Amino acid sequence: MMHNNKKPLLIASAALLAASVASGASAATLDSVKEKGFVQCGVSTGLPGFSAPDDAGNWQGLDVDVCRGVAAAVLGDASKVRYIPLTAKERFTALQSGEIDVLSRNTTWTATRDTSLGLNFAGVNYYDGQGFMVSKDLGVASAKELDGAAICIQSGTTTELNLADYFRLNDMTFEPVVFDTSDQTVKGFEAGRCDVLTSDQSQLYALRIKLADPAAAMVLPEVISKEPLGPVVRQGDDQWFNIVKWTLFAQINAEEMGLTSDNIEAKKSDTNPNVARLVGADGNYGEAMGLPADWAYQVIKQVGNYGEMFERNVGTGSALNIERGLNALWSNGGIQYAPPVR
Amino acid sequence: MSIEKTPSRVTEKMIDARSAPSDSIGTIAWLRTNLFAGPINTLFTLFACYLIYLLIVPSLQWALIDANWSGTTRADCTGEGACWVFISARLDQFIYGFYPEELTWRVDIVFAIFAALVAWLAIPNMPVKGLVAIATLAVFPFIAFFLLHGGSFGLEVVGTHEWGGLMLTLVLAVVGIVAALPMGILLAMGRRSDMPIVKSICVVFIEFWRGVPLITVLFMASVMLPLFVPGEVNLDKLVRALIGITLFQSAYMAEVVRGGLQAIPNGQTEAGVALGLGYWRNMGLIVLPQALKLMIPGIVNTFIALFKDTSLVLIIGLFDLLAIVQAGLADPKWLGYSIEGYAFVALIFWVFCFSMSRYSQYLERLLHTGHKKR
Repeated sequence: MMHNNKKPLLIASAALLAASVASGASAATLDSVKEKGFVQCGVSTGLPGFSAPDDAGNWQGLDVDVCRGVAAAVLGDASKVRYIPLTAKERFTALQSGEIDVLSRNTTWTATRDTSLGLNFAGVNYYDGQGFMVSKDLGVASAKELDGAAICIQSGTTTELNLADYFRLNDMTFEPVVFDTSDQTVKGFEAGRCDVLTSDQSQLYALRIKLADPAAAMVLPEVISKEPLGPVVRQGDDQWFNIVKWTLFAQINAEEMGLTSDNIEAKKSDTNPNVARLVGADGNYGEAMGLPADWAYQVIKQVGNYGEMFERNVGTGSALNIERGLNALWSNGGIQYAPPVR
Repeated sequence: MSIEKTPSRVTEKMIDARSAPSDSIGTIAWLRTNLFAGPINTLFTLFACYLIYLLIVPSLQWALIDANWSGTTRADCTGEGACWVFISARLDQFIYGFYPEELTWRVDIVFAIFAALVAWLAIPNMPVKGLVAIATLAVFPFIAFFLLHGGSFGLEVVGTHEWGGLMLTLVLAVVGIVAALPMGILLAMGRRSDMPIVKSICVVFIEFWRGVPLITVLFMASVMLPLFVPGEVNLDKLVRALIGITLFQSAYMAEVVRGGLQAIPNGQTEAGVALGLGYWRNMGLIVLPQALKLMIPGIVNTFIALFKDTSLVLIIGLFDLLAIVQAGLADPKWLGYSIEGYAFVALIFWVFCFSMSRYSQYLERLLHTGHKKR
């Protein structure tokens, strides 16, 4: 999502600048974070379920929880995060120039971004992909039945290209109905200007809530593009890269082991060696990253495991009600998988 | 020949003026001449009334009659009408941004002082206006900064990343207006100067800043600038935006002021010179007072444009009033209330801009010295 800055020149110049900046600004992020006492985290300026301020002004969302996890691991306090809202165009510069320590802003992991911008993707906290929403009255169960359909799209995003590719591959035709903003797209869909609305799946659920009758629309199972979203750090600081990466892994491992923010206190003295290693009761796996032995315990205690994080922000515990799908654990039919802590 | 008695057919006393026929005065006459002057006119009137009916009735129905006013969550919004609960639940956030709740009194004090100063200056015949004006321009910005930002006199620091909402909009607009007017006057005077270097610097400055869109300026300030300065120098994002807005607006202001200066006949300056006044006194006592009066509509126009332009900072991730409402709309709990949000923002902007406009018209009437076309 938000991949509408396909301007090679801009990327090239940013990359050039990044290369010159990265050499200068590779001081240990961990030390500077400890010194400042908070993690500077780049988030979006508002994306349902991923990062948005709640009524009290606290940032909430799946991307926000990644930052809270890092703060819990490093500083022992998940609330020690300073959120820097960034637009899609600012985000990489902010990271390159050192304005933020982690970019957790629904950023798709692509080869260009990973290799030419002086950045590293530390993992995937949400496997997204482009999908379709249709009115239930249409009686369509699969995207393969959409030949000749009028499709509402938001202009200027790769969504448009993916859509054209998918229909060409499947030898189908469609009639694009293009809008400028997502709100207009929803209104167009609601007014019957098109039969189908396409966007990234995480967005479709948010858009569905905006309909007058959300129950009348359904999201089709097909996903036609790969949009792995994850936190990003500066290249050249492997220690910080490891911290962000393993914070996420610790949460995924915790879900697999059945550790939650509620039961972690009781499980701290568990005899299961995997659990003991993760919570720091057996060995010190934080040391090599410059973290205290209880780093993973703090993350799980304060932010929860991956499943809790997912359900709270985008899943059944939220208004979005997105199914786990690809984001289920590998043991439950999804592809969320974390290497073991040992 | 002596004057004879008035003939009996001539009345001796003046006849009182009769009131005009009832069909040529009053509401009915007004309606007849303005709305129902002929068949085509009548048709248009009826059609327009129908259009207004189509527009106004559902809007009122939605915004007032069917609307939900009380409550705290989405569940309190059941009716077909507007859900103002979204606004009331997040009103503090819309006004103060992410300013710590227990410290918002500091913002309130700044608002109050500012309102008092503006009122003092706006109401005619208040004493010591000159002193108050100087205080507003020279002292108030520092008080406001110390109160809002803190960091001295035992006040807790509230970084600019926590500023937002209406407060940020006002900070951007007031700083832009207060800084751009003097800069604009100086630039305009420089552009009309006989000194070649001063003149060319001013021309280049004005033409450069007028030639680039504000979005580009903000974008450069927020995205490119940090890449060019060393990592330790972390100039605040808000400060960068403020500098950008001020430089940009001062160029526009300069051209408005230059227009006013050109309208003052040369004879005025020459008369001043003949009296032995130097350049600055000539400008300050003779040219500017006349020119500024002529420029009121243009200056206020620029202010209003600036006030609305402040919402462009949302493209660099600063949460002004518009941006914070948009961010609120991304909260899954409040998805789908965008019309309420935007209507609220529009109302606030309209109130501010319309007040500025009315005040400028009042000033024009107050200062008009017979040059104005009636």
